[in-house]
Amino acid sequence: MAEVRAEMVANVWKVLVSEGEQVEDGDTLVILESMKMEIPVLAEDSGTVVSLKVAEGDVIQEGDLIAVIE
Amino acid sequence: MFESVLVANRGEIARRVIRTVRALGIKAIAVYSEADADLPYVDEADEAILIGSAQPTQSYLDIDAVMEAAKRTNAQAIHPGYGFLAENAGFAERVIAEGMVWIGPPPEAISAMGDKINARNLMEKAGVPVASGTREPVPDADAAVAAGIGYPVMVKAAGGGGGIGMSVARDEAELRKAYDTARTRAERFFGNPDILLERYIERARHVEVQILGLADGTVVALGERDCSVQRRHQKIVEETPSPGVGPELRARMLAAAVRAGEAVGYRGAGTVECLVDPVAQDFVFLEMNTRLQVEHPITELVTGLDLVEQQLLIAAGEPVSFTTVEPRGHAIEFRVYAEDPKRFLPSPGSITVWEEPVGDVIRVDSGYRAGNKVTPFYDPLLAKLCVYGPDRAQALAAARRAVEEFRIEGPKTNVPFFTELLEDPDFATGEYDTGLVDRMRAR
Repeated sequence: MAEVRAEMVANVWKVLVSEGEQVEDGDTLVILESMKMEIPVLAEDSGTVVSLKVAEGDVIQEGDLIAVIE
Repeated sequence: MFESVLVANRGEIARRVIRTVRALGIKAIAVYSEADADLPYVDEADEAILIGSAQPTQSYLDIDAVMEAAKRTNAQAIHPGYGFLAENAGFAERVIAEGMVWIGPPPEAISAMGDKINARNLMEKAGVPVASGTREPVPDADAAVAAGIGYPVMVKAAGGGGGIGMSVARDEAELRKAYDTARTRAERFFGNPDILLERYIERARHVEVQILGLADGTVVALGERDCSVQRRHQKIVEETPSPGVGPELRARMLAAAVRAGEAVGYRGAGTVECLVDPVAQDFVFLEMNTRLQVEHPITELVTGLDLVEQQLLIAAGEPVSFTTVEPRGHAIEFRVYAEDPKRFLPSPGSITVWEEPVGDVIRVDSGYRAGNKVTPFYDPLLAKLCVYGPDRAQALAAARRAVEEFRIEGPKTNVPFFTELLEDPDFATGEYDTGLVDRMRAR
């Protein structure tokens, strides 16, 4: 099981996957936006997205859980 | 001269403009969002008006809110700084229509230069060299390939700025991908989906010329700035004079920049950005920024001029404070960003320690102080560290000391990157191009 967490305070701009979806290592899960920059959050493992904790427009803090991949 | 000026901006540039406005005995009016109430510029203004919430669209980009603040405070003129509404011709027109003075170029000049396709065609007509490229918007990826510009090719948003949506493609597959990315970003960030292609010059330097369009209609060039130290097509360090521009090329670039300004009836401070091939000692026009530039302080350090003062004089219809300009010495600016020094990812947070270097040859234009919170709503610029020396070697020596003495704790900053840069052999000799930072990171 791999937890994907936010590296910084950011807005969630785009959510590109949904719960139950299969992802490959390196796939973009969500795109965050902070300080006028887009930051893609990538899967670091292949597997199923068992939990997705963010929605477009959310403001997330450093360390917040974005998704769980199993 | 005006009795009051409203500064429609935030952070370091609002503070810098307010400094000159007040030094001239003019009342300075600041506007701020809920996120910025504690920043130094709000305190330093004679009057400050809360114009909305943290989201830029609800405050600094909200034309009605800014105009309301200007009317409430009886502001005579509006200085837009850079970014936000600075290159919004509609805002400039509104300011003028409501009977206030716009401290910037005529709205027509902003429009003419705001669309990169139009600007490029206009400059070509004015006899300014341009890179080979498309003369009309490129409608789709197939058309981009069919345009036959050759590789490498730069894909750009016509309404863009700040490096957003720009990328280099080296073959057809990359071009298709770059086109799609640029198109999405152009729509999202600039509300203008038009895309242009330009032949990309390898190992180029990014060099720009500072111009001033005077109240009597003449345009003067105040020298160049080299902005080749970039990450993600955004500037991090600038210096003047450019180590890659010889006297003959400099003379040609300055003359072309004057022609560029004259072609659009320019007034006030503007910057003509070019790409320079240092080996061939040749250049092409890139774009024109119709506003005060972030890196204007290094031109001030070598010319002794206050560019904001010249902007105010020109807007008031008065003569500028100088007759001729003879730049002396060497100046370098380091943009201190709230971002990690390795991958350059944003790092907002609360500032616990803020200690600026001080000295005769050091100038720091900062937007923050200890206790301030750096929020994710705005760009990551915290401060501009500028150094001066009689020559480049002495400016570099001053830079090493100043970088070492700048202490910021809280958010991560790119200050450690400057230490790394100052030790880089290519930066030390001055023989670098826009690929420098990528090469440093690839080592």
